[in-house]
Amino acid sequence: MKQLMLGNAAVARGLFEAGCDIISSYPGTPSTEITEEAAKFKEIYCEWAPNEKVALETAFGASLAGKRSFCAMKHVGLNVAADPLFTVAYTGVNAGLVIGVADDPGMHSSQNEQDSRHHAIAAKIPMLEPSDSAEALSFAKLAYEISEKFDTPVLLKMCTRISHSQSVVETGSRIEQPVKTYEKNIQKYVMAPANAIRRHPVVEERLHSLTEWAETAEINRVEKGSSKLGIITSSTCYQYAKEVFGDEVSILKLGMVNPLPPKLIKKFASKVEKIIVIEELDPIIENFCKTLGINAHGKDMLPVCGEFSQNVLAHAFGKADKPVKKLEETIPVRPPVMCAGCPHRGMFYALSKNKVTVLGDIGCYTLGSAAPLSAMEMTLCMGASVSALHGFNKALGKDSERKTVGVIGDSTFCHSGFTGLASIAYNQSNSTVIILDNSITGMTGHQQNPSTGKNLYGEPAGKINLEALVRAMGINRVRIVDPYNIAECETAVKEELAAAEPSVIISRRPCVLLKEVKHSLPFHVDTKKCMSCKACMKIGCPALAMKDGKANVDITLCAGCGVCKQMCKFDALKSSEEK
Amino acid sequence: MKNKVTNIMIVGVGGQGSLLASKLLGKVLLDKGYDVKVSEVHGMSQRGGSVVTYVRFGDKVYSPIVDKGEADFIVSFELLEAARYVEYLAPDGRIVTNTQQIDPMPVITGTAEYPENLVEKLQKLGVNVDAMDCLSLAEQAGTAKAVNIVLMGHLSKYFDFPETEWLAALEKMVPAKFLDMNKKAFALGKAN
Repeated sequence: MKQLMLGNAAVARGLFEAGCDIISSYPGTPSTEITEEAAKFKEIYCEWAPNEKVALETAFGASLAGKRSFCAMKHVGLNVAADPLFTVAYTGVNAGLVIGVADDPGMHSSQNEQDSRHHAIAAKIPMLEPSDSAEALSFAKLAYEISEKFDTPVLLKMCTRISHSQSVVETGSRIEQPVKTYEKNIQKYVMAPANAIRRHPVVEERLHSLTEWAETAEINRVEKGSSKLGIITSSTCYQYAKEVFGDEVSILKLGMVNPLPPKLIKKFASKVEKIIVIEELDPIIENFCKTLGINAHGKDMLPVCGEFSQNVLAHAFGKADKPVKKLEETIPVRPPVMCAGCPHRGMFYALSKNKVTVLGDIGCYTLGSAAPLSAMEMTLCMGASVSALHGFNKALGKDSERKTVGVIGDSTFCHSGFTGLASIAYNQSNSTVIILDNSITGMTGHQQNPSTGKNLYGEPAGKINLEALVRAMGINRVRIVDPYNIAECETAVKEELAAAEPSVIISRRPCVLLKEVKHSLPFHVDTKKCMSCKACMKIGCPALAMKDGKANVDITLCAGCGVCKQMCKFDALKSSEEK
Repeated sequence: MKNKVTNIMIVGVGGQGSLLASKLLGKVLLDKGYDVKVSEVHGMSQRGGSVVTYVRFGDKVYSPIVDKGEADFIVSFELLEAARYVEYLAPDGRIVTNTQQIDPMPVITGTAEYPENLVEKLQKLGVNVDAMDCLSLAEQAGTAKAVNIVLMGHLSKYFDFPETEWLAALEKMVPAKFLDMNKKAFALGKAN
């Protein structure tokens, strides 16, 4: 049956049909729904790993044991998993192992727009790149065939526009795979120097065989058109090229982007007058063409930065821009904001008010850097708040120790905050770390993590006790505060910054969007008491706005957290419980 | 024959329910036998930010997104968002918008002002604008949450698909106990 399916759901469907049994992933936009959708199939065991390195190692273990396995991550997650990635290329697999990685050109929800194809090339691992949901489904299945045929992990590369677009797919049925019996093989699986040195040539030979396979693979196909122009492209860029040129040019559409097929590319180039490579981000296919002696164009016409679209292509090819209507009015931006009732707000206000330097991390709370709180001054990657704070304090000593904190969410702390804190405890910087514990992975849409006490399915699971963990690391000063209480947050921050030893503040309250969180009655403004001082606007709550010169609460948004009430000197903000 | 693709953008503020609207549209269009692509952005932009969903249909759809100057329809859940994306409208395109206004953070903090008389300003540009208070119509139908269905009801006026096909798709997507409310919301959107 034909149906509309999200790219990520189509990958999950492909995994199901291929007989995949085990999935371990860490959530990351735009990859998250692959694992969430796969979890809907009872035949596949799915879990959230603490981070992408653990996820890939788990998937590798399952492959070694003989079951088809998978892990998904966003592009920057693949950096975290790079350590096992490079060596699993050497060991190869037992049952098929596929690694899904989703890039984010245009950075809709990411801290950089790195090109994952570099990892495939550097690790010498084959990479498939679908261009719509139907290919996402079929390539996921093909990836297992390649993995087992060539004894290699396979990367399946998605991007925001493929992951988060729905297009038409036809589904098939699941083919169960027999367990491939695990056999002891020290030469293959123990990557100590003496063995690894023998595996490296195997990797090179495999890459050669894969290149031969790619020369004739159906997923690398030529669509014949005019001989004046030949376009080499893949993924969503193929769709933009078809949108702009239809059938008028010749296209080499690549479904496998590593290794690239030199003979096929040369043959294609020999039949057209001009070659233009259309690829987002880095000129990888273009540079490969140049090594083959082909005078390929690409980044001399098209941007390296950001994502493409049909208009970007049309403009680069000298086609007239479409007429547009434009308002002369300035339209105020509408950036994402912390939700009404967000437990991070009170703590960020306390930090901002006390002019504390805040080194931040990745999550919803990165929004603490936005106006009006503008509290966060650094965000780099998962876990860097803690380790960078340590370095900052080692560099400046008492000058910074008394006024600098690191803030990190519960999920990010479990991902890669532990090790940074271990360094603080071990190397003794007098650092203060605030764990913003909202008991969920928020930004990616509510995934459980090792500190929430629930597994991916929402069932009871093991639960890391963060305060006990932190104490066990040797941090003696650990305290828990309620971020809905600004005064309590301020006291804790001041005291812990003043203390002459490392400390951890756990700012604990569950995400206000969690189903099980009961909202209090909304607040309202006593307009007679409101002096229009706008003090309540300093917390940047989307439920609060000025209306007819007075503060006004949007009762459809207000979660009754009461943080605004603490800002008002005139007692104008009232809970609906007090009339 | 030239491949005619129709482009629709659904815009609004994160959390307003645009996902159900695009799901309904996608279902109706697929059942009609069209090639369809629906593209949305998840993640960071959900949190009260400006959100966009693209719906494209025709004999064969390639690009999953709608670009500037291409939208035959912009369906907007909020007035400022309709104005924000006007550049995406095709020359003879139409805006179908809810007149509800939600202040963005720069307006809340006082660094920017919410522009006045946006409907009139859009009309002055020569844009076809259907503006209506969808929130009131949805409440009239029984639930403020049906703004999306009111908008879809109004949009349906511009497609010559039988109403039964829209309602059949609605039936498959909405829980039985909310179906009457949603059907009423659809009818109110169509009538206004």
